[in-house]
Amino acid sequence: MADLNNMKIAEARDALRKGDVTSLELTESCLTAIEGAGALNAFVHNTPDMARDQAKAADARIKAGDAPDMCGIPLGIKDLFCTKGVESQAASNILKGFKPEYESTITSKLFEAGSVMLGKLNMDEFAMGSSNETSAYGNAVNPWRRGNDDAQLTPGGSSGGSASAVAADLCLAATGTDTGGSIRQPAAFTGITGIKPTYGRCSRWGVVAFASSLDQAGPMTKDVRDAAIMLEAMCGHDPMDSTSADLAVPNFEAMLTGDIKGKTIGIPKEYHMDGIPDEIEKLWADGRQMLQDAGAKIVDISLPHTKYALPAYYVIAPAEASSNLARYDGVRYGHRATLEAGDGITEMYEKTRAEGFGHEVQRRVMIGTYVLSAGFYDAYYNRARKVRTLIKKDFEDVFAQGVDAILTPATPSSAFGLGEMKDADPVQMYLNDVFTVTVNLAGLPGIAVPAGLDKQGLPLGLQLIGRPWEEGDLLNTAYALEQSLGFVAKPSKWW
Amino acid sequence: MSIDIETAAKVAKLARIKVEDEALPALAQEFNDILGFIEQLNEVDVDGVEPMVSVTPMRLKRRVDGVTDGDQQEKVLKNAPDAREGFFAVPKVVE
Repeated sequence: MADLNNMKIAEARDALRKGDVTSLELTESCLTAIEGAGALNAFVHNTPDMARDQAKAADARIKAGDAPDMCGIPLGIKDLFCTKGVESQAASNILKGFKPEYESTITSKLFEAGSVMLGKLNMDEFAMGSSNETSAYGNAVNPWRRGNDDAQLTPGGSSGGSASAVAADLCLAATGTDTGGSIRQPAAFTGITGIKPTYGRCSRWGVVAFASSLDQAGPMTKDVRDAAIMLEAMCGHDPMDSTSADLAVPNFEAMLTGDIKGKTIGIPKEYHMDGIPDEIEKLWADGRQMLQDAGAKIVDISLPHTKYALPAYYVIAPAEASSNLARYDGVRYGHRATLEAGDGITEMYEKTRAEGFGHEVQRRVMIGTYVLSAGFYDAYYNRARKVRTLIKKDFEDVFAQGVDAILTPATPSSAFGLGEMKDADPVQMYLNDVFTVTVNLAGLPGIAVPAGLDKQGLPLGLQLIGRPWEEGDLLNTAYALEQSLGFVAKPSKWW
Repeated sequence: MSIDIETAAKVAKLARIKVEDEALPALAQEFNDILGFIEQLNEVDVDGVEPMVSVTPMRLKRRVDGVTDGDQQEKVLKNAPDAREGFFAVPKVVE
């Protein structure tokens, strides 16, 4: 059977149950697609033998009946997730060769549900980046191009390999993580769906830490239904993560009715920003109209501290990163620099970290060190945490006014060319997350859905932001929007 | 606030990242670009605002302080760049 790798999770699930296809056939189809997609550099560690074994086990389980929805579904796993016995290096040279002796909670849950791992996916180093250009594996490449122009474009970041792999049908879906927009921005750049759940929904145990108060895992899929199915399999309380919420996980798919009559959707005026292309403004206005036509009430709202979200993020995230990344010391795992005669332990740390960390990671660790250092802690770190309180309060205020979800653009542009931002100062790159980062600071669920193509033929996304713990309702609103948008475009295969 | 070369060197030292002297001016400039961006936060009135500790109001779970894990020396050392006789090995730290 040809092109089984093009299937969505829901289709594959139904076909597997009918016996129309086996997990092994699906898996082989994906493995073939991966083999032919070296040019995308999406998969960086392939695990075909493991995948085949898991697929055979899944087929047996499906045959026996009573298999969960995710059983037999071939997935790509972001390199940030620790996978037992399989390279897990967060796209960093400092973890080169690291093979965990344990399995992250998220991948454990997916494997227990019968999912198949095809391999590990490219990403920005330690998830720090918006273009997948900080990866020790080299750039992941977007399967989309500007018409006939063969310039290579970024798939976004940090979950760039995940986005590229799903958009190019190398897997049925992938895991991603999102600290400031790292699921939603790459999803928007590649025409796929990505949801970051409420902080605490998905266990962070075994996910290499970047900024612990912001990091959340989530699914990257071909549509909203698949996001609902896969998210449910990833969520749930985990005693190994002290911030994991002890809340029941609803059947998200069952909540996809497409009925949003009576829902209130807020449109935040602060998200109209200078320099945003007209096409994105137009798409946003179209989305507003579609939700209204579907029976939702649209209200204009204000989130007054929006402008301060990025600067607050670029204090809090580096501060937490500098602390989290202190563990990479060349002692317990990963890279250790070759030392010269007379070098002591301090030289070992300094040389190891200079060799092992890439430039962007070094920069963020040092910024974090600075804002936490004596004399600056109050001026930077504490001030940023106070601004974060205000940003969260902005959202609480509009939710208290009865707003159910908030519609915004997902990104301020479509995918840009790899290397195009090379000479820009770091702040220019940070602006990619201007619409997404507020959601992490407030701990809310946010979803990016593909909405249309710009005049270069590149996908653009819209973002919906929901109330805490109401992913089901958010997914349903996204489902209604998806139905109205009718986005079906796929990249033409060049790789 | 402006970061000079000396401060950049101090931060690199605190972060335990070796930065060559010739790279310090460019690093100081990058810090200044980023800190200039961050300084917008000074426009916000934060009087009386509590700094956020936890984004979701939750009481951390408690558990019995008991041994639940252990006897994994081999696994713990497996990824070490230099492990000898059941220990992590590092350069000499005391004379």
